[in-house]
Amino acid sequence: MTPPDDIGAGGRRPARAPGARRLTRHRLFWPATFLASLLLGNVAFTHDFFAVRVQNGHLYGSLIDILQFGAPLILVSLGMTLVIATRGIDLSVGSTVAIAGALACEHIATAKDPGSLPTVLSAITLAVGVAAAIGLLNGLLVARLYVQPIVATLVLMVAGRGVAQLITDGQIISVSSSAYKMIGGGYWLTLPFAVLLAAALVAVTSFVTRRTALGMLIESVGGNPVASRLVGVRAAGLLVMVYVVSAVCAAVAGLMISSNVSSADGNNAGLWIELDAILAVVIGGTALTGGRFSVGGTVLGALIIQTLSTTIYTLGVPPETTLVFKALVVMAVCLVQSPAFRARLSRRRRPAASAPAVGDAGVRQQEVHP
Amino acid sequence: MAAPPGPRTPTRTDQPVLQARGIRKAFPGVLALDGVGLRLFPGEVHALMGENGAGKSTLIKVLTGVHPPDEGSVSVDGSLQRFAEPLEAQHAGISTVYQEVNLCPNLSVAENLLVGREPRRLGLIHWSALYARAARLITELELDLDVRLPLSAYSLAVQQLVAIARAVDLEAKVLILDEPTSSLDRDEVAQLFSLVRRLRDRGVAILFVTHFLDQVFDLCDRVTVLRGGRLEGEYRIDELTPVTLVHRMVGSELRTLDELAETSRTASAAPVPAETPFLSARGLARSGAVQPYDLDIHRGEVIGLAGLLGSGRTEAARLLFGADHADAGGLRINGERTDLRSPRAAIARRIAFCSENRKAEGLIAELTVRENIVLALQAARGWARPLSRARQDEIAARWTEVLDIRPADPEAQVRNLSGGNQQKVLLARWLLTDPELLILDEPTRGIDIGAKTEIQKLVTRLASEGTAVVFISAEIEEVLRLSHRVGVLRDHRLVATLLNDPPLTPDRILGTIATGATS
Ligand SMILES: Nc1ncnc2c1ncn2[C@@H]1O[C@H](COP(=O)(O)OP(=O)(O)OP(=O)(O)O)[C@@H](O)[C@H]1O
Ligand SMILES: [Mg+2]
Repeated sequence: MTPPDDIGAGGRRPARAPGARRLTRHRLFWPATFLASLLLGNVAFTHDFFAVRVQNGHLYGSLIDILQFGAPLILVSLGMTLVIATRGIDLSVGSTVAIAGALACEHIATAKDPGSLPTVLSAITLAVGVAAAIGLLNGLLVARLYVQPIVATLVLMVAGRGVAQLITDGQIISVSSSAYKMIGGGYWLTLPFAVLLAAALVAVTSFVTRRTALGMLIESVGGNPVASRLVGVRAAGLLVMVYVVSAVCAAVAGLMISSNVSSADGNNAGLWIELDAILAVVIGGTALTGGRFSVGGTVLGALIIQTLSTTIYTLGVPPETTLVFKALVVMAVCLVQSPAFRARLSRRRRPAASAPAVGDAGVRQQEVHP
Repeated sequence: MAAPPGPRTPTRTDQPVLQARGIRKAFPGVLALDGVGLRLFPGEVHALMGENGAGKSTLIKVLTGVHPPDEGSVSVDGSLQRFAEPLEAQHAGISTVYQEVNLCPNLSVAENLLVGREPRRLGLIHWSALYARAARLITELELDLDVRLPLSAYSLAVQQLVAIARAVDLEAKVLILDEPTSSLDRDEVAQLFSLVRRLRDRGVAILFVTHFLDQVFDLCDRVTVLRGGRLEGEYRIDELTPVTLVHRMVGSELRTLDELAETSRTASAAPVPAETPFLSARGLARSGAVQPYDLDIHRGEVIGLAGLLGSGRTEAARLLFGADHADAGGLRINGERTDLRSPRAAIARRIAFCSENRKAEGLIAELTVRENIVLALQAARGWARPLSRARQDEIAARWTEVLDIRPADPEAQVRNLSGGNQQKVLLARWLLTDPELLILDEPTRGIDIGAKTEIQKLVTRLASEGTAVVFISAEIEEVLRLSHRVGVLRDHRLVATLLNDPPLTPDRILGTIATGATS
């Protein structure tokens, strides 16, 4: 095609956004700003908030705590991100956390040598394998039977918690296994092992989704399922895959949580974590309507929520108001991220700043005489 | 209002009902409008013309409060207005049908027509009155629809008509129609025009966007031309000829209209029919969509599908792609029996299908132009065999150039492109898969006349290189210009397959449609 080159967009001046505008438009700008201000705000109350000490070759400090206690949430949110990107949602992750912890602890507690590595490895395999089966079930319900994701995963959210209680007989199973303790409470290369594990899984997920076509195809299925079918994207396979990944992430989170406290609690482990994870994903800039997802945003979102919980404890907010406090902060984050809300704010701040000049400013109209 | 019937030219004492001055609107990376003005007088039909991406839809969105302008003013009846949202413009008497139909596919036709002003009784929706009123609106437009069915049961063209019917019912003094005729056939266009003339005679000002020159000269009194986001000028229609109008739009003296109109009809000679056709359908049918039909498609052959709205053109084509599953009959590809269970299976057999409904069935709105272009190719390879980023960039750059997609920025979100440019992205997506059978459903919908000619040439060239093409268009002339054979559909039945040699005339096709006679 040979368009004359003096026309159209060719002759158009590009409207460059100034550097600052471009920065605020970056999708991670608001979550990152919010996390930073939350952390800085803590310094006002805890002066050594940013201090990191080395003790026995391990790093200690509030920041390290946030990372360590936030690791399970980061993992659950990671899997949730992929599910949400396909327009789905996975409510069963909290139960999967509980089931994984219960299975692993039960296996170790009844083993002959709870401390040995083979026992722990088989416990991990068992927990992750069962979680994968749960994910497969969710995925098949959604992809093959077209059950709404919220309904499909609600089944296991409710039933799964019951299963976890059955495994533990409604008791709290305690284990004493130093190898198992490593996952959620151990240190490696001065850092908590849980942080390294979460970081590794985040890195692998970003790498696989962005270096293969997986990310784009997931976004395509979530962005427009009808069109995706017509371009030949194999949506069913992708859907099953993301639910399995989500369940496996939840299982690893469950192992971390139970390992950290050396016990499994079928009633309370991972309770409501699915809601925090959904929140983390949304704060991170992935829309519940599916499509574009951001693993980096999700990690920031999870850290925001964890920092918030830590802050609430250090501030000594009375327990009966913590939930309200958390809700208020989360609402603020969501409002700041809403373009409609920001537009409204800025419109109020400069009413008619660009008030039109009366007169034919710049109009080159050819008068029409009858 | 007692305006005299017939077109009027505004007198100097007239005050515009709607006037825009010095409108500037920038999007990140693109200055979409730069100092554009527009005047609309009561009782005129005013065309807004320009190439794809010239800024027509953006101007309309600024006029109606979808986008706030960066600079400039909009006034209604002489007083300045700043519409914060489309509803305010609607309350000020400006009724708009945007380029992309904005209705709710899962609500009924009646609800879509009257949503927001449902007749009520004791505070509850009065359903029978709602259906009755909707049915009245529909008959006024001489349409034949069941207003209780969900809107999604109807084709895109019908949805467009419903959007128009809704806008027309709004007792407006300004009616804005952004490419309302892009997928309508002659009859609907004629009905729409007679409606527009009636409204004009009642004193309504109508702003009308189209890429069909004949419609402009047929209907409009005055024309505003945009070029590359700037105002080129405002003209009375009798000051212009089609040739000068095109010059105003493209800004070049090089292209004459003749050159544009003359697409060597069936430039590729009809192929020598091979023993086995690439694809052959026998008794292919799907209940409620298409009656059993037979069709052979040879390599290098362009088969046009003609028929009225809702005659089953799209439905017939979808069966050839596995987009819908046929419930009777069989398909052979290269003589081999196949059952296309899904589009994926069809793509594996080197069939491509470019849907008429680019928003619902084509684009992934929030992905980039590059991602949308490579999507079909990538999906066929599977996720584990990614196209390298360099390869994607190269493909996107090449097709952006071949189809002149603007802005030429492969990293732009496809939803921000103008309608015509989005259409080109979809064409690129399928052309680059190098299909053996290319099914194009309204491929030139919303595309400007320059680019349309290029696309028609491209189809002809692909056919001469051995691609089989199924070409569907509401524009019979276009079908006849490109096709070796024309399949005529009527009431979900393929009534005739006519050889386009000696050349068929549109009247012959229309006659076949009317009588349903096989020849
Ligand atoms: N929301 C947006 N964000 C960024 N760019 C945009 C947006 N909307 C429009 N544009 C750009 O503004 C320019 C004008 O687009 P517009 O849709 O007004 O064109 P148009 O004249 O209606 O074209 P067409 O005939 O193809 O419908 C295009 O370059 C388009 O890419
Ligand atoms: Mg447009």
